[in-house]
Amino acid sequence: MFWQEEIEVISREELQRIQLYSLQETIRRLYYNVPFYNQKFRDVNLKPDDIKSLEDIQRLPFTTRDDLRENYPYGLLAVPREKIVRLHTSSGTTGKPKAIFFTKKDIDQSAELIARCLIMTGVKSDDILQNMMTYGLFTGALVMHYGAEKVGILVIPAGPGNTERQIALMQDFGSTCLHLTPSYALYLAEVMDSKGIVPQRDLSLRRAYLGAEPYSEETRIKLENMLGIDIYNSYGLSEMNGPGVAFECKYKDGMHIWEDNFLIEVLDPDTDEPVPEGQEGEIVLTTLKREGMPLLRYRTKDIAKIIPDTCRCGRTHKRISRIFGRVDDMFIVRGVNIFPQQIERVLMGIKGVAQNYQIHLEAYDKMTVKVEIEQDFFDGNIEKLLALKSRITEKLKSEILVTPQVELLEPGTLPISEGKAQRVIDNRNL
Amino acid sequence: MAKIREIAVFAENKPGKIEKITGVLAREGINILAITIASTNGFGIIKLIVDKTELAYQKLKESGLTVSLNEVLAIAMKDRPGQIHDIALVFSKNGINMENAYVLVEETRKQAYLIVQVKDIERAKKLLEKENLKFYDE
Repeated sequence: MFWQEEIEVISREELQRIQLYSLQETIRRLYYNVPFYNQKFRDVNLKPDDIKSLEDIQRLPFTTRDDLRENYPYGLLAVPREKIVRLHTSSGTTGKPKAIFFTKKDIDQSAELIARCLIMTGVKSDDILQNMMTYGLFTGALVMHYGAEKVGILVIPAGPGNTERQIALMQDFGSTCLHLTPSYALYLAEVMDSKGIVPQRDLSLRRAYLGAEPYSEETRIKLENMLGIDIYNSYGLSEMNGPGVAFECKYKDGMHIWEDNFLIEVLDPDTDEPVPEGQEGEIVLTTLKREGMPLLRYRTKDIAKIIPDTCRCGRTHKRISRIFGRVDDMFIVRGVNIFPQQIERVLMGIKGVAQNYQIHLEAYDKMTVKVEIEQDFFDGNIEKLLALKSRITEKLKSEILVTPQVELLEPGTLPISEGKAQRVIDNRNL
Repeated sequence: MAKIREIAVFAENKPGKIEKITGVLAREGINILAITIASTNGFGIIKLIVDKTELAYQKLKESGLTVSLNEVLAIAMKDRPGQIHDIALVFSKNGINMENAYVLVEETRKQAYLIVQVKDIERAKKLLEKENLKFYDE
C-alpha cells in the first residue's frame, strides 16, 4: 500500500531531476533571504547559478548545530516571521536550544511524509495510534500526530509517562499502534510483565514505531517477542521536521529516506569526504521542500550507511541502516572508540539480562557496565550469576576490545526512563 | 520425604540490604530459623529458612526484592562428634555433590538439621531414601 504511489516508486532519474530542481530553488531562497547563508556563499565565492548538478552540493558550506545556536532565535528564517505558524526546539545539553520553524506548508509536508510512513507499514483506517512521545516543544509527538490525522486514523495523544494509565488506555480503547522511544518501550514491556498483562492475549497491539534514540536490532527482537508485535524503526531529528525523515517498510530492512524532501550525503566525519555507498559515515541532510527554515548540508552527527540494493517493496527511495551511533555519543576507553549501541547490542542478546543498563566511565581505562538481571533468571544459585557475569564480560570484550567491569543489579534498580534514557554516565571530568 | 524450602534473595553489596529483608519479616511476624549470607565481588545471595515460608516469599517480593524459592534437603542430625562426617559419607557414596550447606536448629532447640542444596533434588531424594537418614518434617 502506498500513500503517494507516484512519488514513492518514481524512477531514480526522475527523482534526481526533482532533487536538482528543488536544490537549486532552495539555494536561491537561502542566498537571497537568509543573510547567514548569503555570507557563507560569499565566503567560498559561490553564486546560486554555480550549482548545476547534484554533485555540486559538495562545493556548498555545511550547517552545524552551532550555526543553529548562533542564529537563535529567528536568524535562519527564509520567510517573513508572519508566515511561521509553529515553533519547535531541540534541546541541547549545553547552551541555548535550537529553534526550528514551520510554515503551514511545512506542517502539511511533514504530515504527508508521516502518512507515507504509516501506510508503508500497513496502517489501515481501523488502526488506533497511541502516541506516547512528548507533546510540546519536542517534535516527536506533534509531527506524528498530524501525520496520523492526515491518514485519518484515531490518535490517542497520551504523551509519555504514567505507565499504568498508558496500559489502561490500550485496554479501554484497543490501541493497535504505539509511537514511543525504545527505552520507554523496554520499560513498558517490563511493567506489563510484572502486572501479568500478556499483550498478545489482553491487548490489540499490532505494531510500534520506535524512534528518537538509536537502538539495536537485538532490542527490536527482544521487544517484538515481549510484546508480540511488529516494531518499525523510525528516523528523524527536530532540525529535519522530527520523525518521518526515514522509516522502515514491511520488510524491516533499513529505513527509506524520503529523497524528494531530503538530499542525503554520507560523509567521513574526519575528512568530510563522501564515503563509498554502503560504507558507514555521518549522515548530512539538505532540506529540499522546506519553506520556513531550509537547511543546507546539515551535519546530523548520526552514523549510518546507505543500503545499496533496491527494496522488495518497490519504493525507489534509498534505505539507510539503523543509526549506528551519534558522533557525540561515542566515548573512548583505553584509546578505543566505543558507541553505547555496541554495548546494548551485546547485552540484549544475552539471556538473563533485563532491559535496563548503564555505562559508567570512571577513568581513562576504567569502565563499568551496570546490568539489571531478569527477575525470573534468579534462582538462588550463585554459580549461575557468576557465569552470567563472566559471559557478559567476555562478550563485551570481544565486541569492544576493552574488558569492562560488569556489575549485576537487581531488576528495577537503575533509574527508569519514560523519555530518552541516559545510558552513559561520564565521571571522568574530561 | 518431607520437603523444606529456602528463600534466596539477590543482593547487591550495599548497606541496608539485610536490614530491608529483616524489616519485612519482622513486620509480618515471621521467624527466621536460619540465615546465611554468601557474597562475591559485587553481589551476594542471602538465604533464609523461616517459619511462614509462603508469606515471607510474597512479602519480600512485594517489597521489590528479587527472590526465589527453592526446595532443599533437611537432614536430622544427632548432637555428637562425627555426625556431619557420616552424612557426608552417605552423599559421597551415592555420588551427590553438596552445593551449599548450613545448619538449622529447631525452634524447640532439641533437634538440629543439616540443610543441603544439591543440583538434582529428586534424584538425591531417591538415593537418600534408601539410607538410614531422618529428614525434617515441615
